[in-house]
Order: sequence, then structure tokens, then C-alpha cells
Amino acid sequence: MKRVYAKEDVCIGCRLCEIACVVEHSESKNAIRTYKTEVPRPVARNVVEERGPLTFSVNCRHCDEPLCVAVCIAGAMVKDEESGVVRHNEEKCVGCWSCVMICPYGVIKMKPAAKKVSKCDLCNGRTMPACVQACPNRAIVYEER
Amino acid sequence: MEHVIIGNGAAAIGAVEGIREIDKASPVTIVSAEPYRAYGRPLIANLLSGKIVEADIYYRADDFYEARGVKLLLGEKAARIDVEKKRVVLESGKAVSFGRLLIATGGIPFIPPIKGGEGSSIYTFTTLDDAKNLEALPGKVERVVVIGGGLIGLKAAESLHDRGIKVTVVELADRILSSAFDREAGDIVEKRLKEIGIEIVLENSVKEIVRAKGRIKAVILNNGEQYECGAVVIAIGVIPNKAIVEGTGIMTNRGILADGNMQTSVPGIYAAGDVAEAPDLLLGQKRVAPIWPNAYLQGRYAGLNMAGAKKPYRGGVAMNSIEFYGIPTVSMGISNPPDEGYVVRAVYEPKKNLYRKIVLKGHRLVGAVLVGQIQRAGVLTGLMTGRTNVESFEEELLNGEFGFASMPPDVRKKILAENR
Repeated sequence: MKRVYAKEDVCIGCRLCEIACVVEHSESKNAIRTYKTEVPRPVARNVVEERGPLTFSVNCRHCDEPLCVAVCIAGAMVKDEESGVVRHNEEKCVGCWSCVMICPYGVIKMKPAAKKVSKCDLCNGRTMPACVQACPNRAIVYEER
Repeated sequence: MEHVIIGNGAAAIGAVEGIREIDKASPVTIVSAEPYRAYGRPLIANLLSGKIVEADIYYRADDFYEARGVKLLLGEKAARIDVEKKRVVLESGKAVSFGRLLIATGGIPFIPPIKGGEGSSIYTFTTLDDAKNLEALPGKVERVVVIGGGLIGLKAAESLHDRGIKVTVVELADRILSSAFDREAGDIVEKRLKEIGIEIVLENSVKEIVRAKGRIKAVILNNGEQYECGAVVIAIGVIPNKAIVEGTGIMTNRGILADGNMQTSVPGIYAAGDVAEAPDLLLGQKRVAPIWPNAYLQGRYAGLNMAGAKKPYRGGVAMNSIEFYGIPTVSMGISNPPDEGYVVRAVYEPKKNLYRKIVLKGHRLVGAVLVGQIQRAGVLTGLMTGRTNVESFEEELLNGEFGFASMPPDVRKKILAENR
């Protein structure tokens, strides 16, 4: 399946991918409204790492054998057999953090106040995930590897 | 080839999913003593505390078994295994024939003999029925004594406290969470639980349960102190529920011994989950590790191999993620190193409820304890299970913000290039 990969050599750390993710998963789908009025604001579902001049995004890999699904005690994490997308159902999530403990990419985001996690859904069938589309210099790509 | 699974917990569900990945057609039968379809066992704490309702505890779709062609025999206790005739005899007198068998009978609470321990109002806390039984306490009982300050005991204490019951935890060791966590983590959690109002008594045990007209009135501790209570929860630990293999020739130690394919000493018979003693990735030997991730993954690999996939399991790593009143904690791998052969580094800020410890052996990460800040803990788990040499970035592992940017480019790129 197509997955999101980062190219650290060309990432400039603008974090537009995070903003695109937040907006995509907002109520209004409008950047200004999302950031000004939406409470709680959605969290970005990728992780932008930064260290000196080095920056890159880490995204969910929608693993073939997803450990987050294996360890989920609430059945909130499901691998969609057809699309391959690892989906998370926040309704069912109890915030046990087991998936946070086991995801080797560290891309499951905690929302401590809500006692829920949040993760990438590949923008639910969008042809191009919002983060990839927003990247000004193609430092994240969506492709088959 | 008829697949039969004894048990219906995480290992059994992993096995069904593993079997069906390879073999869509062969009959699969589950024999389960509990009368419920699979439920998230750790969620009994959420249920008792009132955070979820019973419908939320069932973690697979309503049609899970039906959709996979699994025959479900609920409320049927397996009495014995006839290895020669390849069948499981049930207590009801029925028998189920198998081609391949998985024993996933889980663990049972260890209950020591205590004076006054026979009779009503003694509870354990490992099953949905236990949670339902404890449901009867709020409103009827003012105080409860929990024997055992491990994960199960503390979750029972927390749930009962949330329901307005005054709880005293009595722990034999000099700290709570002594097996899965370490002193510093135990201290932070202990402090938090006390702040909330849960009483904790260390280095002590219950000598006697005092009854009047059969009803529990108090417990007497070894030092003679008396604590009034109306019920007692025993949560000292779980032991493998392996009685079913007695006399079968299936080899056991603490648990039922299983190899890398999760097969027991008898070909065609597999074991997984809390009942199994199977290879541990870090220890290089077999152990009983009664935790959900191991149970599910062992079950899954048992299932794959039962269906003929010839896919050995690399072995599990002990790990626990558990939160106590806003303080998340994670322990993984060897959290209490047994000897001098390990290097331990830690940052401990008890006032901020923060703690981060890493355990190294031969420049490999083999254990970690995280309290307060656990985000991206899985990156450490990945280094541990990947047996990554961390020599060049050992110091970085202590940083709460640790991530791929903290690793040298070659290490980082290798991990991020892999799909799993």
C-alpha cells in the first residue's frame, strides 16, 4: 500500500504538514477558524522532529502487522483489511496508552485530558493525505515502497 | 484440520485471527469456561469504576466469531485433554475432537490460606464476573481491604475508591508495584494514591480476617494492627491455569512450556497467553509473562503455526502501561536488573512526578521505566525489540523528548526505512 515517508534532507521544518493535519481533522476544515475557535483543537497526527538544522516528519506506517492493533484492549484500533489503513475509533478508546507504549515509530499521539489517543487515518480515503499535499518542497511523499 | 482453542481471552482472539489469516476454511472451535464473548480483561477496572458500561468491554465486533466461522462453546469448562484420542473432554460430558489444539486458559488468582478466608465477601479481580460481584459493594460496604499492591490490587483499589469506598491496600514488600516497576516509580504512584485518599500499608500482610456471624468485620495484620472492613479483595498475583494438562505428558514448569512456534512438548498442541511459559526476547529463556501484548501475540503466532505458516515468534518483552490518577506509567523489559551486569541510568524528579530510567546491557537497551512522561515510549520499545546497538546515543535515551532525531543518521534511517 501507499505510505507516507519523509525526506529529512529536504525538510525545512515549516510544520505546514502539522497545520494541514489539524485542519483536515477539524470541524470547519478552515485553518483560521480551526485555530481561533475550535476547542479542543485537533492534534496533529504526525510528529515533526527537530534538532538543530535537522527536521523531518514521522508518520504512521499503517503496518502490515500493526502492534497497536495487537495491544489494544478496547478494540479501538483496527486494521482495515481492504485499504490497509490502521484506523482508530476514539469512541472506544479508554486511554490505556498501550499503543503509545508499543508503536515503534512513536506516532500515536496522546490527548491526556480526553484520555484518548489520536492517530493518522491517511485522511480517510483522500487521494493525497493533507500533510503531503501541504508540504511545500515534497519533504513528505505518499508512495508505494 | 479442526482447530480447537481452550480459552477466550486475548491469546484465543489472537489465535483465531492468526489461523484465519492462513486458513479460511478449517473448523475452529472455542471452549470457554466464562459465559462471555471476548472482553478486554483490563477493562474490568474501568467498568467497576463506572468509566465504561458493560457493552464497551467487548472489544471485537458482535459478529466476530460468526464472520470467521468460529464455533463458540461458552460456559463450558474443559475438564481434560485426551492426547491419544485427540479430544478435549468437557465437564458437561461433551467431547470436542481436535486436529490442532491451543491451550489458552490464562491465569488464576493465587489465594493463600488465611484464617477467616473461607466464606463470603472475599473477592478476586481478574474476570468480568469479579467486577460484577464487586459491583454489589458500593452502598453496602464502607471499607475494603485489598491484599496486594501490584497492578491488579491497585486497579481494584482505584476502582473501588472511585465508587466511594474507603480502601486500604496491604502490601508485603516495602513498596508497591514491586514486580513490574521499581522503587522510584512505586514511590511516585504511592504518593499519588495517598493524596487521592487510598490508604497504603507496606511490609505487612493479613494474618486473619475477623468475622462476626459470618460477616467480615476487620482484618488483623501481622504486626497486630486491626483494620475495619466489610470485604477483602485478594490480589497477590496470578498463576498459570495449567491444571488441565496434568497427566497428559505435556511438559510444564511454572507454566506450560512452549517453543518458538508456541507448540508444547506434544506435537499439535500449542499454548499461549498467561498459561504459557514461552521464550522471552531479552532474557534468552522462557518465562511466564501474564500481560496482554504477549498473550495476543503468542496467540497470534500459535494460530499462524497451527494453520501451517511455520512462522516462529521472536519472543515477547514484558511491558505494562498503566495510569494512576493522571500519572501515566510504562515499564518495559528488565525494569529491575538482577545483577551487576547491567548499566542503569535514571532521571528522578519526584516533586514533578517525573521519572525516566533506562537499563542497558552490552550497549543494548533491555529495560525502561517511565513515569509522568510516556509519549513516544514505543520508540524505546522498538530499540529494545530490534536489539539496536545504542552505544553512540545512550545519554539521549534519558531525554523525555527522545526520538529519531536523537539517533545517529544511519540508525535512524535504517529504522525509518523499514515497513513492518
